[in-house]
Amino acid sequence: MLRASLRQVSAALRDGHVTPTELCQRCLSLIKSTKFLNAYITVAEESALKQAEESEERYRRGQPLGVLDGIPIAVKDNFNTAGIETTCASNMLKGYISPYNATVVQKLLDQGAVLLGKTNLDEFAMGSGSTDGVFGPVRNPWSYSRQYKEKSVPKSHSEDEESNWVITGGSSGGSAAAVSSFTCFAALGSDTGGSTRNPAAHCGVVGLKPTYGLISRHGLIPLVNSMDVPGILTRCVDDAAVVLGSLAGHDPKDSTTIQDNFKPFELPNLTDVSKLSIGIPKEYHAPGLSSEILALWSKAADLFKNAGAKVVEVSLPHTRYSIVCYHVLCTAEVASNMARFDGLEYGHRSDMNKSTESMYAATRREGFNDVVRGRILSGNYFLLKQNYENYFVKAQKVRRLIANDFVKVFGSGVDILLTPTTLSDAAPYTEFIKEDNRTRSAQDDILTQAANMAGLPAINVPTALSERGLPVGLQFIGRSFQEKQLLTVAKWFEKQVKFPMIQLEEVKRHDHGVFQHQKSASFS
Amino acid sequence: MWALRLCRGLRAVPVPPVRALRSAVPPRPAWQHGEPRPGPQQQVTAEVLGQLEHLALVDFRDAEGVERLQKAIRFADQLREVNTDGVEPMDSVLEDRCLYLREDDVTEGNCTEELLKNAREKVEEYFVAPPGNIPLPKVEDQETFLQGS
Repeated sequence: MLRASLRQVSAALRDGHVTPTELCQRCLSLIKSTKFLNAYITVAEESALKQAEESEERYRRGQPLGVLDGIPIAVKDNFNTAGIETTCASNMLKGYISPYNATVVQKLLDQGAVLLGKTNLDEFAMGSGSTDGVFGPVRNPWSYSRQYKEKSVPKSHSEDEESNWVITGGSSGGSAAAVSSFTCFAALGSDTGGSTRNPAAHCGVVGLKPTYGLISRHGLIPLVNSMDVPGILTRCVDDAAVVLGSLAGHDPKDSTTIQDNFKPFELPNLTDVSKLSIGIPKEYHAPGLSSEILALWSKAADLFKNAGAKVVEVSLPHTRYSIVCYHVLCTAEVASNMARFDGLEYGHRSDMNKSTESMYAATRREGFNDVVRGRILSGNYFLLKQNYENYFVKAQKVRRLIANDFVKVFGSGVDILLTPTTLSDAAPYTEFIKEDNRTRSAQDDILTQAANMAGLPAINVPTALSERGLPVGLQFIGRSFQEKQLLTVAKWFEKQVKFPMIQLEEVKRHDHGVFQHQKSASFS
Repeated sequence: MWALRLCRGLRAVPVPPVRALRSAVPPRPAWQHGEPRPGPQQQVTAEVLGQLEHLALVDFRDAEGVERLQKAIRFADQLREVNTDGVEPMDSVLEDRCLYLREDDVTEGNCTEELLKNAREKVEEYFVAPPGNIPLPKVEDQETFLQGS
């Protein structure tokens, strides 16, 4: 049951095979037994059970609110939730309880979803590993899968699991791990440079970054206002479409959401891809791309070609500068956004009380980690009067060149771009932390960041397992506001590759196989 | 097919023809990471460091913090390689749309109590700050100043 998709479990709720309370309890008990993953910062057991009970009542009356009614979900801990702590995995916000719900959270609750808890991340979503938060790193559920254990050769039995576990990617690693380990049916992440798609790729789940302006950011604690979007993590593409349908649309509280009408859609089963033109941007063969992923990408391109689609090599020449450009724009916006954390109105406040300024400085030293402080300082440097033109404005100009690259390619008749999502499969934690956060982010966001620069929708689709038995995903990038086309193609691809389901002992013990997926002959 | 091969032959990066016919995915990386820019690395002066510290209100005056800033600047310097003559800066991807402006009416409020809940120090309906108008001390005085609290 827990391994079912959102739509399947929704049907089971409707047909009375399971009640919202039973489902909620099962998820909560699985969260407890997978606590070692560190996917959740806060588990809202009491309010979740209450929401489940209310949902149960609606089902009893025969008036459920829709497909999400009674569905257990999780939300990244940088979305405000009324009554539940919102920490951003930072000392700065430990204990902070928002007086309001983020619009996306409110929409999910209004449609009957059951909020299980808040998921772990890198502090203020700054990172690509989910290793740099104050609550410790998130462990990738695949580290404990039969698939990985069979393939990895432990040096000795004792250090086996302790030293071999791999990272989830980030910064929405908690949300990706939560969906991947079956503790919830969908989760919200956020995506500024790849923070939803990167952990989705490493955890073998679907990760959708919608077009900028389609989903409200109200209540998402901002990182880079001009690029942040709420992200959606689910087990399959159809589920992502369901959640997108429940979240998208104009929000009077976010002036950057567009006012066009959004109609929720169901995805058709594509049978003919011959009218599709798939672009392969050559710059996405970036230095450091693993040969395994290269081969998989190539195979995926052939898959489309053999099915009759037109597959063409295209060029996005400024891709290589997107990370550098991002580095400047991100730190600049961070410098401005983080100014609000001064200890006066909310969040951590230092005991230093000599003067207002010294209290501010001490609060921020105690409240932020090195990564956040480092970005604030670099951002302030790039924004100095004497540097503004050379760095900040220069980066904004490069941003236009990056966005124009996409305009040209889509203008040439390409429908969808197919690229890898990450350079390699997930690194063991012990390897990952050898590099500093900035270097890591620069490497890891390289294939995902440009879509944020241009505001385009992009999705990670789990594709195959690597030689080490870890998930590898590919990314599709579509035209602005063309989510339906993007997801339709992604769904077709998902169906062809038959990504294997994670084999977890913990889940088997908790679950009765009502919905055993018949998956065989996978794509690798 | 021949046309395709001819066309590929004109590219700077040679592509083995057999592979090229098989897949649209290029077999070799299309670019390489840039070398650190030659020439003198611009050092951040003590004056600028002081200015930054005041602006950012975080102290970082340890060797590691300065080194991290230097690295961040060096990384950003790669932008100079890009020709941006005549390119307009881009603030937002929604630049050619009208952003939504709501009516200037009060739609919510009366939540003083709730908002004050998250503040550590308050008196009646006020947030309380330590004495103002005292600038952060100069670096050399900082230690004694901070210890004095």
